[in-house]
Amino acid sequence: MSGFGTLLFKELLRFWKVAFQTIAAPVLTTLLYLLIFSHVMQGQARVYGAVPYAAFLVPGLVMMAVLQNAFANSSSSLIQSKISGNIIFLLLPPLSYWDFFAAYVLASVVRGMVVGVGVLLVSLGFVGLSFEHPLWILAFAVTGSAILGTLGLIAGIWAEKFDQVAAFQSFLIMPLTFLSGVFYSIHSLPDFWQTLSRFNPFFYMIDGFRYGFFGVSDINPVLSLGIAALSLLALTAITLALLKRGYKLRH
Amino acid sequence: MTPAIQVQQVHKRFGAVQALCGIDLEVAPGEFFGLLGPNGAGKTTLINILAGLARADSGSVRVMGHDVIDDYRASRRALGVVPQELVFDPFFSVRETLRFQSGYFGLKHNGAWIDEVMHHLDLTGKADANMRSLSGGMKRRVLVAQALVHKPPVIVLDEPTAGVDVELRQGLWEFVRGLNRDGHTIVLTTHYLEEAEALCGRIAMMKQGRIVALDTTRNLVNRRDSLYLKLRIAGAALPAALAARVRDSRDAVHTLRLRSHAELEGVLAQVREAGVQIEELELLQPDLEDVFVQIMNREEGADGRGGRSAASALSAPAAPNR
Repeated sequence: MSGFGTLLFKELLRFWKVAFQTIAAPVLTTLLYLLIFSHVMQGQARVYGAVPYAAFLVPGLVMMAVLQNAFANSSSSLIQSKISGNIIFLLLPPLSYWDFFAAYVLASVVRGMVVGVGVLLVSLGFVGLSFEHPLWILAFAVTGSAILGTLGLIAGIWAEKFDQVAAFQSFLIMPLTFLSGVFYSIHSLPDFWQTLSRFNPFFYMIDGFRYGFFGVSDINPVLSLGIAALSLLALTAITLALLKRGYKLRH
Repeated sequence: MTPAIQVQQVHKRFGAVQALCGIDLEVAPGEFFGLLGPNGAGKTTLINILAGLARADSGSVRVMGHDVIDDYRASRRALGVVPQELVFDPFFSVRETLRFQSGYFGLKHNGAWIDEVMHHLDLTGKADANMRSLSGGMKRRVLVAQALVHKPPVIVLDEPTAGVDVELRQGLWEFVRGLNRDGHTIVLTTHYLEEAEALCGRIAMMKQGRIVALDTTRNLVNRRDSLYLKLRIAGAALPAALAARVRDSRDAVHTLRLRSHAELEGVLAQVREAGVQIEELELLQPDLEDVFVQIMNREEGADGRGGRSAASALSAPAAPNR
């Protein structure tokens, strides 16, 4: 196996070995969100025309789980390796920074997808859903998890302790996901917040992902995918530059 | 012949601390080379630069002729490093750890060699045990095995015997000697000077980021400018004329410094004339430790220029711990 293939496999095995924590737990948490929010909010929130609130909520929650788990995978794996010191096993071999980047981000995408599929399957037991454009669903899930996997890598590279990764997650990732329209359509928001939401790249990922299910969205999905792809490109460029320099990895 | 390791004018600064100030060093293929010095002398920094874990501010480093920055793939394939810290990945077993390490080097079908390395290091019985469950000594062996999975021609061991029991230490040295006999170049750092003396053909001593001595082990040991005469006496006190020579006095046992064997006759004559009875006599040859202490102390006096205060904070315990 190539260096890249080995690192990818090792990263997959790492979360698979603790699947209760990395897959089952987020699926359960998301399911609780679904049950409670759909119960409380049914009839309260104005979403897309005829789409019932619970059905509207499910894609939002699935995408949220995909994004959060993609971030958690690369960030926690890297910070654990840095703190325990076993990162040197990856720094001593002739792995290129491309190998390093691709393996961590791909493993994050897989983790995000596995959790996403898990949440979706369990939700289908409670809520009926349509799948208008499955390819759009896939495109947004892959791009979104790659973006968060890359952000997780940046957080892991930058952080020197667990505390800092947690801060990155709590002060950046969580607000951006919660304020991205997981629980509501931004058209229900006052103008100011609507405008602000449009500066949140996560909003486009959730909105486009939802388009795949209902064929309806706040923004044209082509534009959303374009914005997501550009974000991914920019983050990739930053991360590769950090890895090439050895920023906080090679002193 | 291409040197196994070639270090030219390497400087490295960490904030206010000048960790390496112009290191030049060459290690020939097949050598057993020792890198000695107090804590903070820069040994590990030098090794880290060799391994690509740190980057030199200036200067160049090559492993088997491959530059560690421009040609890092080739240089890292040529180098196996046993790190000082006892690190491991708690998610995996011994065999998984070694397979992954081998895979990172892009090696396929390496199972037979991995089995052989595990066998030599007595790890076969623990092959499927989780890394977490291993004792410190076993974890150390896995680190050695990890450094060898890609059969590197150059092997660096950074204080591999710190905190390791005698049996493992003996076994480890036996194994490393075997590797050296098979043609591997070995670079070793250790605080155990008798180990370095027994194993290394050539030694560099470092202090505060500089190489302060570089020679064959034999020449270094012969470089002593004194030897010691240990006497247990009775009858009378040691004559005052010998006081300047006394390095150590405990009860009736005195250790006197001699500049050479030629002084022995005269000293003994003085003792006899003072009416002192000699009960026991021992002539102590200086070993590497004496030379080490001598060189480190000499440097202490010689190197009193400015800009030293930051670095000296790091190198406080100059005495080797035995």
